[in-house]
Amino acid sequence: MIRFDYARPGDVAEAVRGGAGDHVAYLAGGTNLIDLMKENVARPLEVVDINRLPLAQITDLDDGSLRLGALATNADTAYDERVEARYPLLASAILAGASPQLRNAATNGGNLNQRTRCYYFYDVETPCNKRVPGQGCGAIGGVNRIHAILGASDQCIATHPSDMCVALAALQAQVQVTGPEGDRTIAFADYHRLPGDEPWRDNTLKQGELVTAIDLPAEDFSTNYTYLKLRDRLSYAFALVSVAVAMRLEGDRIADVRIALGGVAHKPWRRIEAEEAIKNERPSDTVFDTAARALLAGAVSQGDNSFKIGLAHKAIIRALGQAAAGTPQSQTDKRIR
Amino acid sequence: MNDAVTIDRASAMRVAARPIATLPLSLTINGEVRALQVEPWTTLLDLLRDKLDLTGTKKGCDHGQCGACTVLIDGRRINACLKLAVSLDGAEITTIEGLGQPGELHPLQAAFIDHDAFQCGYCTPGQICSAQGLINEGRAKDRQDVREQMSGNICRCGAYTNIADAVLEVLEKQA
Repeated sequence: MIRFDYARPGDVAEAVRGGAGDHVAYLAGGTNLIDLMKENVARPLEVVDINRLPLAQITDLDDGSLRLGALATNADTAYDERVEARYPLLASAILAGASPQLRNAATNGGNLNQRTRCYYFYDVETPCNKRVPGQGCGAIGGVNRIHAILGASDQCIATHPSDMCVALAALQAQVQVTGPEGDRTIAFADYHRLPGDEPWRDNTLKQGELVTAIDLPAEDFSTNYTYLKLRDRLSYAFALVSVAVAMRLEGDRIADVRIALGGVAHKPWRRIEAEEAIKNERPSDTVFDTAARALLAGAVSQGDNSFKIGLAHKAIIRALGQAAAGTPQSQTDKRIR
Repeated sequence: MNDAVTIDRASAMRVAARPIATLPLSLTINGEVRALQVEPWTTLLDLLRDKLDLTGTKKGCDHGQCGACTVLIDGRRINACLKLAVSLDGAEITTIEGLGQPGELHPLQAAFIDHDAFQCGYCTPGQICSAQGLINEGRAKDRQDVREQMSGNICRCGAYTNIADAVLEVLEKQA
């Protein structure tokens, strides 16, 4: 690990002043950053420890939305009674990820800002455009079983590793940030980005900006939802493919539906046209197949990850069925029904 | 936030040339208040093992993937390898040495022996601290819950069946 200066500001303004320079990293739960520093992937010269900032609360807002503090832990968020009752999709997705120990340390803001688990990004002996711009990509033409099938570029085929973010995409959360130029709100769909020709940029934060909260809109997807995660072992593994579905039925018709995929792209993968295509339809495997085809149109294999295309297709149909039936995937009993 | 951190030579030299400053740190470790001085890059795991000779906490992967370094921080189970010690100023740490002692075993330690819940034993301190964290959390009701909620602790000997039995026994006795 590189040597660095350490600061522990007591308020947000002081933190933002400390975070404004080059080669500064904000430290929250540390579950990804410390690991990246050990691997010499992250080499900050200054670490601004934000753990003492007052950003760990979960608060009801006047408009009925729920504000998740950036420093609330993943565990405290998943087990918050309001999250469990009103946003069970989010609770389910969080509990599908990592381990109890990691969820006790990892924070909501940190979850958004965690880096890809692409092996080439982590291995400083191999080329990676995300780690060192212009160096090339080891994963293209390399070992790429875990890599993207959608939205990749000729410079980067990494995936975003989060489960939580897949649910936040479906719930259309809003990300509250502050920084040297003041406060702003970023729609979740605009927060993470596709790699394009700047794969080193995971998200649309500007230099020195700090996530302060994530707001969940006052919408009810607490009956017809699911988070279906498929991976190499039943627990404590990243998704090969995951599907978050938030649905609202009126009578026997789909009045509203959101579908987001994890494990397949550089960001949680949504396509509004896939959702629009099945609104006002009666739930059926034929209808779900229409959505799956639209969501996966243009999916490309990188060689080792061809299986993800078929797996995602089946997973979308199964997840939509689980949501429509009101039988969400259990994150304890992993049998898929 | 810090995308593509590449450091120019001048910046790297500037950092390398700096004297190593240690920072003050107060921790309560197994009930004892300790006033310490640490380099900011020291993890809690390295502090415990290398500076304080509390080697019951094990270093397995050092990347948060195995759970061997699990300790309790303010009663919650955490991977000690992924925490900078300095960031924990004021915290209360419980390691395996604080849970039980030879001749005065913690109920989980006794249950692990009774159920033959280890072979090489390397993962066991982390398993037991994690199990205590699970009990503190109070969300495990049955064997399936225990298995899922103990999934952050890897056992290369494959003693999982007996580990689940041991944890479940203590959980049910305390219920």
